Amino acid sequence: MTENQPGSDDGVPSRRQFLTALGGTAFAAAGYGYGTEPSGSVAVDSVTGSSAHPASGEHIEALTAIATAVYPSAVSITPSFIESRVFGRVEPEPGHFDKLVTAIEAVDDHAKARFGGRITDISAGRRRQVLQSMGVTTVHPTADGTTAEQVRFYLVGDLLYVLFTSPMGGKLLGVDNPPGHPGGREAYKQGPEGGEP
Amino acid sequence: MTAADDRTPTEADVCVVGAGPAGAVTAYSLARRGHDVVVLEAGERLTPADHHRRMEMWLRPNFERDSFWRDDERDRYTTTGDVDARLNETRVKAVGGTSLHWDANTPRLHEEDFEMNTRYGVAQDWPISYADLRPYYVRAEREMGVAGADDNPHGPPRKEPYPLTAFEPSYSDSLFAEACEELGITMASQPKAINSEEYDDRSECVGYGVCNACPSGAKYSAEVHVQKAEAAGARIVDQVQALSVEHDRAGDYVESVVYATPNGRHFRQEADHFVIACGGIETPRVLLLSDSDVYPDGLANSSGAVGRYLMDHPSVTTTGTLEEPTRQSNIGWVSSRSDQFYAHEETGSGSYHLTFSNTAKSTSGGAQSRSPPTSPSRLLDIVSNPTSDTVAELATDPLNEMQLGDALDLPTTSGPPYPLSIRGAGEMLPRPDNRVTLDKSKTDNHGRPVPSIDLSDGAHVQETMEHCLSVQKSILTELGAEITEVETLSGRRMSTHHMGTTRMGTDPAETVVNEECRTHDLANLWIASSSVFTTAGANNPTLTIAALALKTADHIDEKL
Ligand SMILES: Cc1cc2nc3c(=O)[nH]c(=O)nc-3n(C[C@H](O)[C@H](O)[C@H](O)COP(=O)(O)OP(=O)(O)OC[C@H]3O[C@@H](n4cnc5c(N)ncnc54)[C@H](O)[C@@H]3O)c2cc1C
Ligand code: SF4
Repeated sequence: MTENQPGSDDGVPSRRQFLTALGGTAFAAAGYGYGTEPSGSVAVDSVTGSSAHPASGEHIEALTAIATAVYPSAVSITPSFIESRVFGRVEPEPGHFDKLVTAIEAVDDHAKARFGGRITDISAGRRRQVLQSMGVTTVHPTADGTTAEQVRFYLVGDLLYVLFTSPMGGKLLGVDNPPGHPGGREAYKQGPEGGEP
Repeated sequence: MTAADDRTPTEADVCVVGAGPAGAVTAYSLARRGHDVVVLEAGERLTPADHHRRMEMWLRPNFERDSFWRDDERDRYTTTGDVDARLNETRVKAVGGTSLHWDANTPRLHEEDFEMNTRYGVAQDWPISYADLRPYYVRAEREMGVAGADDNPHGPPRKEPYPLTAFEPSYSDSLFAEACEELGITMASQPKAINSEEYDDRSECVGYGVCNACPSGAKYSAEVHVQKAEAAGARIVDQVQALSVEHDRAGDYVESVVYATPNGRHFRQEADHFVIACGGIETPRVLLLSDSDVYPDGLANSSGAVGRYLMDHPSVTTTGTLEEPTRQSNIGWVSSRSDQFYAHEETGSGSYHLTFSNTAKSTSGGAQSRSPPTSPSRLLDIVSNPTSDTVAELATDPLNEMQLGDALDLPTTSGPPYPLSIRGAGEMLPRPDNRVTLDKSKTDNHGRPVPSIDLSDGAHVQETMEHCLSVQKSILTELGAEITEVETLSGRRMSTHHMGTTRMGTDPAETVVNEECRTHDLANLWIASSSVFTTAGANNPTLTIAALALKTADHIDEKL
């Protein structure tokens, strides 16, 4: 009943592409730990093992411009925030950053074609209209969906994720050290006035 | 082919099946004493970077939290009882097992948990006492790196300090403490296998607050003991499923474990001793799948107890709001608990413990998690059979509209009212009809019947958790909170702790393993799992699993 059947070695399923993605990537992990991800731009090097990502300076600027339309006006962000938080994090799935770049280009192309200028050159209000007129605000975020669905999934989704896992987004939520941000172990002990209870 | 890709059998003194905490601790404990150990693990290995991905998947509503390990065909199951088993939300199959998702709370069981029959006339006593397990608890706390303080007047007795100092209480603990003091309820620190300082070459907790998918390694996972076992010479073979356990002609000894590799080849791993450590559901399943002429009802099942007496830890939660800040969700773990109501004398019914929230605010949601335009099943229909109408409906569902800019839909608000909650987890007594069987009508990726889980609450659970709810209410009322949500037992789903399905005892006619966790039926077959728990207590099981694994490894070592 347990014959050693010859198997096709090429048939080995890579069920979770997820895992194979960074199979060979160097990752600074000490001892039995995984290694910690410092917040901010250092993350680019320490976690992904490489600062190479597919976004150009123009992509980062365009994404920063779109972020000003997506985020509440109380949030002020910089291209370096976007670069370190979005493209500096561990890529959640293989190909994610490529799809994000494609989504950024789709929004920029739509702005040029329909709103008479690059996304960086128009006002925040007009940028919102660009997203609305693409249908981004009325579709379900879908990784392999239509252009609008992919913009919602990769671009809007990423922007919201990095916002709410940063102290800046935490302010909107009344959480000093929001989940996803390695902000240490002081905030949870502090009372409302910032001091020890 | 690298060594890690070679999934053919090798010479071994001991074969361990499963690389969660139970299997990994057993493997390490034996390997470090020079024994040849092979561990067969169904799931895959994760890299450090994978843990960062898991964090994003955990936090981001549109990613599936379990996609990093789940294989829909392999992991099929059936649930038939009142309590929905939701099995694939309560386990992980990967190197490290379910400890990749656990919260790492590591209280010991209490003395009375081992003597339920003698003390209260219910269930059965364990064949070992708290005193017997106590030295192994000390070792398990060191192995896992437990942070804690000896400050629990209602906790089990202890002499040796915890290896790491306890985390300090949270701000909201101080709010709860005032109310509890008024009511005469004592709080204590929650012991946990999370580093309050650097320990065992792992970083201290840096406050990511996503402990179910801790990316820093500050939280213990069984990957620690997998790595240590490998360093001590053990061989960990991932992505291999144990299909059956085979015995000699007389049924006295196990001879081999038959397993399948990812490319469908079957192999036979031989060894002198075998340890099944597949968790509380798959462990009885592997035995039931290994039936034979000698054991027609399943291997090591002459008692008929394999799969029976399934217990989980039912829980209830009361949430309320205050007008003053509660400072929630600035850390991922619970810092305080109360064991005031652990003794039956206190409740007039069963045991439970309370934990006080630090994470009552959800920061993932809002515009991040727009609900799908239609129900998931409708969505499937549409996807499999798209028409222009249904596609248009999908694309323009107004419920799915999001606002941008200042109108952005936030996951939670910053101002009042501020949430906080109390959770209670309680004891379920062993009942033969709560059980894991094989569902022969449904098969897994190897064509074998899937586990069927039949779990229902009895009167004991109902009474115990009603008491718990009334205490939660009185604490929140004392605090001046407005109660906003009460999660009762109604419609509850199975907890993440699965116990009792290969119970321990002295009588081979009633129980599956003896006090050494060796099966009564087969002289070289051992079980490392909460499935051996005779009763479940009301405390999280994994420290006890690790303590028993260390004890079992000592017994195996004596035999080798
Ligand atoms: C969200 C969550 C939170 C939790 N929090 C806590 C907590 O705070 N405290 C606590 O004590 N416990 C907690 N638990 C439970 C804890 O994770 C388990 O008790 C513990 O992991 C059990 O260890 P184990 O080694 O017995 O089983 P598991 O960790 O489940 O490992 C079993 C391993 O066996 C493998 N396996 C199964 N079948 C086969 C087969 N046929 N062939 C080969 N390999 C196989 C599986 O792939 C798996 O890797 C939590 C669980 C979850 C899901
Ligand atoms: S709070 Fe600590 S344990 Fe939890 S995820 Fe963060 S680092 Fe890990």
